[in-house]
Amino acid sequence: MQALYAQLLVGLINGSFYALLSLGLAVIFGMLNIINFAHGALYMMGAFCAYFLLSLTGLGYWWALLVAPIIVGIFGMVLERTMLQWLAGLDHLYGLLLTFGLALIIQGVFQNYFGSSGLPYAIPDELKGGMNLGFMYLPIYRGWVVVFSLVVCLSTWFLIEKTRLGAYLRAATENPTLVRAFGINVPRMITLTYGLGVGLAALAGVLSAPINQVRPLMGENVIIVVFAVVVIGGMGSIMGSIITGFALGVIEGLTKYFYPEASNTVVFVLMVLVLLVKPTGLTGRAA
Amino acid sequence: MTALTDDTLPVTPRAMRDEMIVFAIMAVLLAVVPFTDIYPFFVMQALCFALLACAFNLLIGYGGLLSFGHAMFLGTAGYVSGHALKVWGLPPELGIIAGTAASAALAVITGVIAIRRQGIYFAMITLALSQLLYFIYLQVPFTHGEDGIQGIPQGKMLGFIDLSKPTILYYVVLAGFLAGFLLIFRTINSPFGEVLKAIRENEPRAISLGYKTDQYKLLAYILSGTLAGLAGALKVFVAQNASLTDVEVGMSGLIVLMTLVGGLGTIFGPVVGAFIIIAMQQYLAGYGQWVTVIQGVVFVSCVLLFRRGLVGEIAHLLKRSL
Repeated sequence: MQALYAQLLVGLINGSFYALLSLGLAVIFGMLNIINFAHGALYMMGAFCAYFLLSLTGLGYWWALLVAPIIVGIFGMVLERTMLQWLAGLDHLYGLLLTFGLALIIQGVFQNYFGSSGLPYAIPDELKGGMNLGFMYLPIYRGWVVVFSLVVCLSTWFLIEKTRLGAYLRAATENPTLVRAFGINVPRMITLTYGLGVGLAALAGVLSAPINQVRPLMGENVIIVVFAVVVIGGMGSIMGSIITGFALGVIEGLTKYFYPEASNTVVFVLMVLVLLVKPTGLTGRAA
Repeated sequence: MTALTDDTLPVTPRAMRDEMIVFAIMAVLLAVVPFTDIYPFFVMQALCFALLACAFNLLIGYGGLLSFGHAMFLGTAGYVSGHALKVWGLPPELGIIAGTAASAALAVITGVIAIRRQGIYFAMITLALSQLLYFIYLQVPFTHGEDGIQGIPQGKMLGFIDLSKPTILYYVVLAGFLAGFLLIFRTINSPFGEVLKAIRENEPRAISLGYKTDQYKLLAYILSGTLAGLAGALKVFVAQNASLTDVEVGMSGLIVLMTLVGGLGTIFGPVVGAFIIIAMQQYLAGYGQWVTVIQGVVFVSCVLLFRRGLVGEIAHLLKRSL
């Protein structure tokens, strides 16, 4: 039973990353109509940012949690201003191709300087050790990642669904021209949205740095799994991406316990099943 | 909204004639390669990728479906052909058929799943399916995991065509490429191809005209996957190995890049693109990971600066269909 709970926890952690990443993808897709293939590379940049903050400036984990998403978010906004904005009005697929190229560039540059091996990043002192819950031993850092991710996901949901800013955002997704006519600066909102989505990816990167090590290709496989998550959940609903992300992480964890050979493929197999039964995805509307 | 292939010119008798002339020039140029100083293995490799890119282009350029998982057909055909030749000891012609048939079967299965969604979702689904296959090939024993199938024998085709002689192998690969190319060319200019283009331009209208668009898309997908498989089976004789590299996401991206550089929806673009990208890989082989960075830069500049691709730009200047 201990092993089962341990795998469930691993599943919840991976689910947190899937949720943060697919949430960012959904927010970006809503505003920019772009599937951000560079999301995995930007997640990796978040982890590297935390690593550099510590090794170059001595700023620790807590600072990294705040500063890394801002730095990577600004980097994302520069990408949006200089490149992505020129794709407005073109076929959605161009966005996919452009961001795929960006991912190749970013990952290639990091691989040149850091190879493919991982750099260690220590768990902060405050979150070291573990707790005995009676039925299992819970490493505090892992519990922290799950709770913190959940809080961030729900705050993002609240921001978009319940605040005035979010209302503007949703309106601009539906009809940008009309929202612009009301005097709202839609292009700036698009840039900020991209920055927000990218920042969420970087935040996931910082959270994963102490668990998965900091590697140039750490985002390469994750992004494909997240694509499958997005196909399963549909990109229509924010809460949908959060729930699907966590749920698939848990399912993956359970598979690791019951049938480890399939743990790499279970998300993709589920995607196939969902497509056969409900092609629009679980929460998606017909496209 | 601007579609990916808005600039494609309509098929006219003049366009058909132009294309036949260019095809004849291309065939003659390729046929004289063994009499020049050009390294035949480079051209053979490029021809395999050219066929692969043409097959990919049939789907995106004429069906409007961007597959981000075409490497799965290349890899599957490679593994099955390689296994058939090395372990079962089948003659080359049967090895090629086995590999191509395996890819065709894979195309039927994945096609039924993938064509349920369009556009961006289709791309993500094909990507996820090819990743699923990657993990399967990583685990099943016959692919030999990270090592791949090495030292695949070339053998004698039909009992007398000795494929271990580079010049003979070259002409066999060239024949395979030209046959595949002509099949695609014929498909594009057939009534079937016209319906495909109609679906790409406006699917609801095609449905209202009574076409079962899903069947057309599925058929195009199967044809594309099968020809990509033929390319993979031919590549086994050139490289004499089959490895995980051919199933990776990076390979699928490379196929997209070749077609993009040459020109999406142009007939000769994928061929030109394949030669450019393979040549680039050869010349830059010593620069390690910078090759990836350069590929990324080419991707970005193609999308931002010349979306028509090389052949597409030339065709646009000449106001011809190429």
